[in-house]
Amino acid sequence: MSPMPSSYLWLIPLLPFAGFLINGTLGRKLPRAAVTAVALLFTAIPAAIVAWLWITMKAAGAPEVIGVISQPWITITGFQVDFAFTVDHLTLIMLGVVTGVGFLIHLYSAGYMAHEEGYWRFFAYLNLFMFFMLVLVLAESFLLLFVGWEGVGLASYLLIGFYFKKDSAANAGKKAFIVNRIGDFGFLLAMFLLVEHFGNLNFTEVFSAISANPDWHGGILTAIALLLVLGAAGKSAQIPLYVWLPDAMEGPTPVSALIHAATMVTAGIYMVARCHVLFDRSPYALGVVAVIGAATAIFAASIGMVQHDIKRVLAYSTVSQLGYMFLACGVGAYAAGIFHLLTHAFFKALLFLAAGSVIHALSGEQDMRRMGGLRKRIPITFWTMSAGVFAIAGIWPFAGFFSKDEILYRTFTSDDPIGKLLWAVGLITAGMTSFYMFRLWFKTFFGPEKFKTADKDEHGHAAHGVHESPWIMLFPLVVLAILSVIGGWVGIPAALGGHNEIEHFLDPVFANASTAEAATVVVSHGLELTLAAISLLTAGIGFFFAYVFYYSKRGTANAIAHKSKPLYNLLANKFYVDEIYNTFIVTPLLMFTRLILELLVENGVVGGSGQAAGASAKGIGSLTRRIQSGNIRSYAGWLAFGAAAVLLVMIFGRSLWTR
Amino acid sequence: MSAQVPIAAYLILAAVLFSIGVAAFLIKRNLITIFMSIELMLNAVNLTFVAFAHMWHQVSGQIFVFFVMVVAAAEAAVGLAIIIAIFRTRQTLNVDQIDLMKL
Repeated sequence: MSPMPSSYLWLIPLLPFAGFLINGTLGRKLPRAAVTAVALLFTAIPAAIVAWLWITMKAAGAPEVIGVISQPWITITGFQVDFAFTVDHLTLIMLGVVTGVGFLIHLYSAGYMAHEEGYWRFFAYLNLFMFFMLVLVLAESFLLLFVGWEGVGLASYLLIGFYFKKDSAANAGKKAFIVNRIGDFGFLLAMFLLVEHFGNLNFTEVFSAISANPDWHGGILTAIALLLVLGAAGKSAQIPLYVWLPDAMEGPTPVSALIHAATMVTAGIYMVARCHVLFDRSPYALGVVAVIGAATAIFAASIGMVQHDIKRVLAYSTVSQLGYMFLACGVGAYAAGIFHLLTHAFFKALLFLAAGSVIHALSGEQDMRRMGGLRKRIPITFWTMSAGVFAIAGIWPFAGFFSKDEILYRTFTSDDPIGKLLWAVGLITAGMTSFYMFRLWFKTFFGPEKFKTADKDEHGHAAHGVHESPWIMLFPLVVLAILSVIGGWVGIPAALGGHNEIEHFLDPVFANASTAEAATVVVSHGLELTLAAISLLTAGIGFFFAYVFYYSKRGTANAIAHKSKPLYNLLANKFYVDEIYNTFIVTPLLMFTRLILELLVENGVVGGSGQAAGASAKGIGSLTRRIQSGNIRSYAGWLAFGAAAVLLVMIFGRSLWTR
Repeated sequence: MSAQVPIAAYLILAAVLFSIGVAAFLIKRNLITIFMSIELMLNAVNLTFVAFAHMWHQVSGQIFVFFVMVVAAAEAAVGLAIIIAIFRTRQTLNVDQIDLMKL
């Protein structure tokens, strides 16, 4: 028998880790070419293994679980967690995204970061991220997933703060880490509850325990699910914990593409989908997920419409798209959520990388007000980015159309009591998405050139005019552009003459969930077509407004913004959420820390006990040091006194202890 | 000898001699006097040895006394030589002034 791919599973996460160790320890001394070679090789091999897994799995039909490797990890009486990796269809998709997109972004980074200081450090962190992300998706227990979960948080922190000499970058890193900590707190509590009620953290055991008891509903399951949602909201940047993601754009652009768009932020969606057995039993938790998702989607989209920083627009768009995925999970359409995750990984990574290419071309300029007319200057970036813009805006037949449409359709037909409302919110968001993406497109690539040729740049390389990026950066763009065009075709619904392959592919994983949907699927192809037409129309309206505002009648937008000043300010200041958090949470917390913890506990209790110990030792010393006089006769005197005392005790003291 | 002297009398005498020796050792400043007080303490111990040897009719106590005397004699020889050497170099035998070893 040919070697089972599962026996090579452990290589998938371990190779990037080896890359991290090599670059992290020796990278400073190695030449750049060697650092690049290590980083690329150690991500390319896992990608190859994943591809091989995929082929083997195709050949073997559709088994539910493809491979497991497992070793006892923590064993206490009555409780055991295995160090186990598993690959099922859901994991396979995630693996494909992480290794595939991850490799492309590594390739791109080799060009983008070529002139940066700390080149080796960047690739070491990037490989570390790959390691933890792969552990996260391969994990077969909540605990191991949590290890990966924390690890990607760490890597994200390190990479956001990559330009650590810049205060804003260092602060953004801290913000991301601390906000994620709140979510992780929920995840931890959920795990405690799982241990309490199932005595186990392995997915298989927990989920089969739930499946074996069909009468378990709500109650403790709702509590666990809601705590998991808190964790997912932290990692996947949902209301109320989304605030870290826009700030995370302080990191280098490839990092934004890899971690803060394509992979890490989708960990929350992956986790919800992975735990769908749990969520299916708690309609309340699912409702919360759906509402959070829809609210985040429209909220972030509305902010994204007025941002000027090209990366911030994309950041809010990421938050908004993650909201879509949450919405999909919330209405029980996990497969649709994962489908959108997949297409989003393609087009959002593409958009970020293309934006990076634009920034690169303009030597570090990120403000769209100082761009324009770049279409002719950097044609390849323009064409690839256009593919991404059309994809995210949901224009047929680009990838985003199919996945977004699937989510909207599933929301509309779900038996959620507010399903129609959520659908309307999603639809408006789709229109807004189309608007702000085309706004970005027009402002960056069309119209008069507003950039000035930089004489000095923050990017480190010699000043030269607007230039197309090197091929090492363009190649990933082209690949991702192709994927953004055709990536959605794996999920063409039956109504449009496709087979919705991705949903059938995921069937073994979401078997329980999709039985409920099977009924709705039959409803009518007519309805699905109508809804698709409506969302296409909405995207068209978004395009139309962007066209009018930012191309044909420039200045209209400013006039409108001027007319509705309060609303515009509200949006431009991101609904003042950061300010509200600052006033009501950060400032009181800092006050508490400074007054109670620092003055009372740190200086009083911790410092005080040390001081007291020192002072008492000193005091006793100053008393007893008189004995050590150096006068030999006083020593002899003490000796005689002691001998006499011993003698007295031996003679007369005997009666004291013998009665 | 008709009337036995009780053992307590010897012991009390020895204790008194020993205490005088200790007190002199601690109080006196002249090195020779200190040396003599050590001899006094040794002899107080010798006295108890002899008294017990007599009481138990055993010679081992007396043999010990001889050893002590030998040691004391040797000590006196060496000690006096040291004292003379000190006096020659320092022109004094006051122990408070011979404290070069003091920290």
